[in-house]
Amino acid sequence: MSERILHIASNTFREAVRDRVLYNLIAFALLLSGASILVGQISIGIERLVVINLGLTAVSLFGLVIAIFIGIGLVSKEIDKKTLYTVLSRPVRRWEFIVGKFFGLSGTLVVNTFFMAIGVFAALLYVSHHLQRSDGWVLVALYFIVLQFLIITSLALLFSSFSSPLMSAVFAFSMFVIGSFAEDLRGFSAMVHGIARWLVLGAVYLVPNFSALNVISSVAHETAVSGQLIWYNTAYALIYSTMALCGAVLIFERRNLK
Amino acid sequence: MPVIEIVGLEKTYKVGFWRKRAKTGLYPLDLRIEEGEIFGYLGANGAGKTTTLKLLMGLVFPTAGTARILGMELDDPKMKAQIGFLPEQPYFYDYLTGRELLEYYGQLSGIPGANRSRRVAEVLDQVGLKDAGDTQLRKFSKGMLQRIGIAQAILHDPKVLFLDEPMSGLDPMGRREVRDLIEQLKRDGKTVFFSTHILSDAEALCDRVGIIHQGKLRGVGAVADLTASVQGKVELVWHGNIVPKAFASLGAEYHVTTDTARAVIPEANQDAAIDALRRERLRLISVVPVRKSLEDYFMAQLNSPAVNQTANSTPNPAASAAVTS
Repeated sequence: MSERILHIASNTFREAVRDRVLYNLIAFALLLSGASILVGQISIGIERLVVINLGLTAVSLFGLVIAIFIGIGLVSKEIDKKTLYTVLSRPVRRWEFIVGKFFGLSGTLVVNTFFMAIGVFAALLYVSHHLQRSDGWVLVALYFIVLQFLIITSLALLFSSFSSPLMSAVFAFSMFVIGSFAEDLRGFSAMVHGIARWLVLGAVYLVPNFSALNVISSVAHETAVSGQLIWYNTAYALIYSTMALCGAVLIFERRNLK
Repeated sequence: MPVIEIVGLEKTYKVGFWRKRAKTGLYPLDLRIEEGEIFGYLGANGAGKTTTLKLLMGLVFPTAGTARILGMELDDPKMKAQIGFLPEQPYFYDYLTGRELLEYYGQLSGIPGANRSRRVAEVLDQVGLKDAGDTQLRKFSKGMLQRIGIAQAILHDPKVLFLDEPMSGLDPMGRREVRDLIEQLKRDGKTVFFSTHILSDAEALCDRVGIIHQGKLRGVGAVADLTASVQGKVELVWHGNIVPKAFASLGAEYHVTTDTARAVIPEANQDAAIDALRRERLRLISVVPVRKSLEDYFMAQLNSPAVNQTANSTPNPAASAAVTS
């Protein structure tokens, strides 16, 4: 990888840290410790299920908000503030800038998720006083959440390469919502005919399949995740985010900076 | 070989909701800048100076035409490693300190780690920010931001510098320092292309200037050549505060202070005016032909219809003179 990509990524990470993005961890910690104490008092036998469900959903939502709202500003903020001018007037290619930004935000999200994962396991320990073998699947669910972040970050970058920050946020969030119902959409496509069927099928393949990446519920019920699904989801997320990133690069390469 | 060679560079923007209306930001521009020159690109706000610089930096793409810097294409990273750019009203990553910002730009410019910290310290000192190197940029004043902007532009010791309004936002002391810095860059053999709307800066610094108005280059040449034409008038200065009565019939415009007086008269009446001073026994101090100032030339170009500039955009003095004729 080009050294310049690493420098841009590390500067993006530093920006997120100094702009206090990781402060969301405090809100997460408060939410999780409050919920654990509450769950310990009101539920009998399902504390683990509630903590895993709540913890992983919070990890996913907190990360999603960061990925969308920082992702859409990665390019537009640099254009608006003209900081991009002094970067692109150096021996930095436009694609290196986009890829560097992607890695920088992805790195931020991975670090954020790592600390949140510690919080989830701490809450699990608190409510059940021990960790068990099936808790290992929580790590897989966390890995899938990170894969979702990669996809959302690349989509946020793609949308922000041609539209305003507000519209980019709307597009990215819509993709997340529709993608979360991708399996239902697939089922729906089998029930309709004609043009509607093709339209629904088109949407199925266009939007990211987030429902396949969401194993929170099954993990909370201590159901194992197949190795095949892990490989499939890894390949899918990498291919999808690479394609979105390529789209962002293609558009950004031709863009006139105002 | 010219350091900067621009051939028919043109930029038209599509505007309006459906982007069907065309707005020309820059009409076909031809320009050659030679090595070691300080070239002033003059124009009012919105004249097309920044558009030209953005085209040269590869930030916007031309509708037509080409440009080469140091003989290389505008998107060539090897060329970009040898140029420095200061945008107009620069804004930098305000969460970084001055030192961190320069370290980052040094990394992007490919300055090796061992030299980078030394060079950053040198440049901070050079722009007068030695003591502010560890302050976050969000606490910098406008003048300090301009200085750090200049620092990032010269950090990697580029051969060619593009400065967009480098004196903007600086106090008189700061402007003087930037002028000195640009002069030092010239002594170091750098080529400097800078845009400004402050004519005195251009007059003091530039080997040549180009005047752009409404996207069209109206004239190019050495400041001395552009302002060489005599207006057909002379200025007489003499001791005392008496103005001979004969001056009224000589078409003189005069100004009297406590111990000297001066009058501008048509050149044809010069001898008659000197005779009148002699008759009054007034001691003549000087007789100087009245030349155009850069401001006169600038205003004349702005008020004149567009001229064909293509043949007049080389540093050839003969060609420059043609612009003024």
